Formats: sequence, structure tokens, C-alpha cells
Amino acid sequence: MEPSTQKLIHTFGALADLGQEIAGTGDFNEMVRTSMHMLLGTLALRRGAVVECTEGGPLRCAALWGLSDHIFEGFEINDAEKQSFLQGEANELLVGSTAVSNSFINRHRDRLTAEGIELVLPMIVRGEVTGLILLGGKASGEEFSGDDFETIRAMVRHIGVGIHTHRLLEQVAQRAEENRRLYDDLRAIYRDTVRAFAAAIDIKDKYTQGHSERVGKYSEIIARELGWSEEEVEGIQIAGYLHDIGKLIVDRDIINAPYNIDAKNSSELNRHPAAGYEILSPINHPYADIPLMAKYHHERLDGRGYPDGLTDEQIPIGAKIVSLADSFDAMTTDRPYRRRRSFEDVVRDLRENSGKQFDGKVVAAFARALLKEVNGDTKERRITKMLGKNYLEGEQVPTLLSDLISDLEEVSRKGAKAQSHS
Amino acid sequence: MDTPSGKLVRSHCVGTTAVVYASDYLNKLTGEKIERECRRQLSGGCRALVIDFSDTKLVNSIGISILLGIIDVAEKNGARIAFSEVNNETVQLFEMLGLTRHVVLAKDEREALLNLSHYETTPIVH
Repeated sequence: MEPSTQKLIHTFGALADLGQEIAGTGDFNEMVRTSMHMLLGTLALRRGAVVECTEGGPLRCAALWGLSDHIFEGFEINDAEKQSFLQGEANELLVGSTAVSNSFINRHRDRLTAEGIELVLPMIVRGEVTGLILLGGKASGEEFSGDDFETIRAMVRHIGVGIHTHRLLEQVAQRAEENRRLYDDLRAIYRDTVRAFAAAIDIKDKYTQGHSERVGKYSEIIARELGWSEEEVEGIQIAGYLHDIGKLIVDRDIINAPYNIDAKNSSELNRHPAAGYEILSPINHPYADIPLMAKYHHERLDGRGYPDGLTDEQIPIGAKIVSLADSFDAMTTDRPYRRRRSFEDVVRDLRENSGKQFDGKVVAAFARALLKEVNGDTKERRITKMLGKNYLEGEQVPTLLSDLISDLEEVSRKGAKAQSHS
Repeated sequence: MDTPSGKLVRSHCVGTTAVVYASDYLNKLTGEKIERECRRQLSGGCRALVIDFSDTKLVNSIGISILLGIIDVAEKNGARIAFSEVNNETVQLFEMLGLTRHVVLAKDEREALLNLSHYETTPIVH
């Protein structure tokens, strides 16, 4: 093979490898080091370095080979020197030439010569000097030819663009990270605000303090048990916190009446889901359907709920979850006109009303989550903690829950079978 | 020493000369392993290095740069280097790029060791 052909093949191979390296998504420092090796190896240069311009003038070494580590201590470039690189010709980049007018090379000539640097090339991206590549002499001892200059310039352009692109990507990643943190902060602020609202709602009703917060937590637990995504779980929790926000427009005396209220007052109280929807609709929530969950949390599968008398399929699943969480908390907390119900009684209610008031699948999911806590299958004790000490004591609790789950699953299986036959 | 493919970089010592075997493709991954092995041998007291290319089909630009680095370190340690069993294409590449100005080219490992043997009596210059 002719030496010139072999040289071309070697150079093309190096350019192809360089393109691949620069386009890669690997470690930045490794990319620069490898690119420099490719440049040095193409012309068999014995030493070299890649330095980046930083703000204020100091040059930062990104890679070096065959040079002492301290060569770049106090090394800097000013704006005028960058300008002289933009205007200079190829022969202006040779350190050994005394005719060089490049002010950077003239200022650092002694240091560069002592380190065996023969050529200094600027990395120019969009008309700006972003760094320098310093190169030692050829292993052959020959001087740089015109072809060598062309090859080196092409590779330096590649490396310059590669470094610039990687730096931009780093900045983009950094900004994305900052935005993510800001977004997380905003979400935290939103959640805290919502919880403050929930507390404000509950303060209006002196007998149900902490109710909205508990409904939010129960709703979250049920949604998680149903396999919802983290985003959806957060959304249902917020809906739980805000489900009673419509009570803000209901007369405090009606809410706090220590007896069963009459039809007129009941009608006033029953306005709160629709009022909640009116309050929540204009807000651009980061989660879907929160106003609807508030509006429909008193709907029933049998159509006897309010405000719209929707039936099973018409009720959003989120509203079904909030409905169960709301009723469960109402049954398991003291009210002005009654003590809270026993757990056995609550389970009986859930069984009897599954398919009428509550969705059986939602009840089963809640029961599963509670059974996991009772059996110690999970370290979390969130439901049991909300229910308070001693409430779930008794050997029959796991059995009650297991039986409820089995019964509901059986109903669900039969329902699915009947549906497939029809 | 492990290579990325899980193979070892083979090496052995004959007196104070270390023989290091290059792999089939001298690129970044394998080149750096060989470089480290050469540095290890030199810092361990070797006065000469033979890099055997009998398995090497191709040397790319990074391979060249790494070999130059090895030559540099060897020169700084006052050690000599021989390349043995280099195929014709790679010999042409080394000649074209000027590597042969800095190393002895030998037909095989035995010839390389012979070439370097007289050097063993010379003390190491650190």
C-alpha cells in the first residue's frame, strides 16, 4: 500500500472514531481525553493538551498527555489574545516561529517551549474562542505540513464543537434539575396550602377536626393499594383534603348542629359538594379531576346520592374512593349526637353497602391495606394510627377483614362472569 | 491484569526485560491496559520493554498515541523498547508516523530480547 493511501486511511479512521466519540453520551472528561488521544495518534504527536476558557480569563485543563501537571498553573488568556487567535493564519500558531504576532503565544513562549509545545490552536465555536489545543512535535521529527494543518484544524473544530455541545447539555441538565427542584418546591407549597385549607374547613366544624386530613390520607392509601401512579396518588390525596371545601359556604350552625338536622337544613348542607365544585373549578390544579371528586363524593352506586343522583359507571373512581374514605372516617370518629361505631359494626356496614353506596373493589382495596397493617405485612401503621389506640384490638379483626375481602372478591368474580355471559 | 473482555494482559520478564503482549486490536480499552502494565514493569525495575504484536491485527489512532506515551515513559526511565512480530501493514504505519525512530523493530520476541540484551548491563537512569 502506498504510504499516502495508508496515511489517508489512518486519518479517515481517526476522524470517524472522533465523530463517534463526540456524538456519544459518555463521561465528558473521558470524551475530551479520548478525542485528544485521537488527534495525537493521527499524526503521532508526542504530547498535547486541551484547555478550556473560563470566565475571567483563566484556562482550565480538560486533558493532557506527555506534559507535566503544573504546566497550566496561572495560565490565562485575555480578550485581546482571543481576538488575535480569531484573526491569525495557520503559521501564526507555531510556537517556534519568531515571526508570530499572536500575543498569547508571545507571552507564554518560554513556558510552552520548555514543555515541548510546538503548536497552539484555538477551538472556535460560533466566532468565539472557547479553548485551546496545545500540541507537541511529531514523533517523526518532521515539521508540520499543509496537510497536517488541515487535518489538525478539522479535528480541533470537531473537538471544539463536541466540548461546547457537552457543556451546553450540562447546562441544560443543570437547568432541568433546578426547574425540577422549583417544581417540587411549588408542589410542596401547593400541598401545604391545601392542607391549611383543609384545616380551615375542619375548624368550621368543631366535631370533625382533622377529618379532611384523614380523608386525604385514607384516599391516598386506597389509591396506592389500587396501583395508581404516584402522580395520581398525590392528586387523590389533595381531593381528599379539599372534598368538603363547599362547607365554607354552609351556615356554621347547620354544620355544628348537635342533632339530626331537618329537611331544610339538610338541603342546605347537601349543597356543599356542588359548592365545592364551584370553588375548585376555576383553579388550575396540577392534578386531574379534583373538582369532580369533590362534587361527587356523596354520590352512591345505586343512584340515591347527591347532587346529581349518578349511578355506578357515571361516578368517577376518584369520587368513589373519597366517598369511602369520608364515610369510613365518619363512622370511626365520635360525633356530637353519637359515639363512634365498633370496628365490627363498620365492617358490617361496608359489606352491606358495597354495591349500593360503595364500590366493592374500592372497599376491598381499603380492607387489604388495613389487613396488611394489622398482620404486620407492612412497617407502616398509618390507618391504625389514625384510628387511635385500642380501636383495632381483638383477635377477630384480621378475620373480619379477610372475610370481607373474600366476600367482595367473590361478588366481583360473579359480576364479571355475569357480564361476560350477557 | 484484566482487559475489558475479561482476558489478561499477558506479560513476563526475561532478566530485566519485560515482554508485554498486545491484544488483537490496539485501541483505547486495550491500549490503556497495556500502558498500565508497561508502567508497572518499568516502575518495578525493568530496563527494557518488548511489546509483542503477534496477535495484533490493527492499531488505531488512540493506539498510536498510547504507544507514544509508553515510549515517552520508557525514555524518561532510561529504558529501551522493542516491538516484535509486527505485521507488515502496522510496520508501514509505524514507519510513516515515525514511531520506528524511537523503537527497535524485531522479527520475533527472541530477536527483540537479543537486541536489547546488551542494554541490561547499563544501569537504570531515573
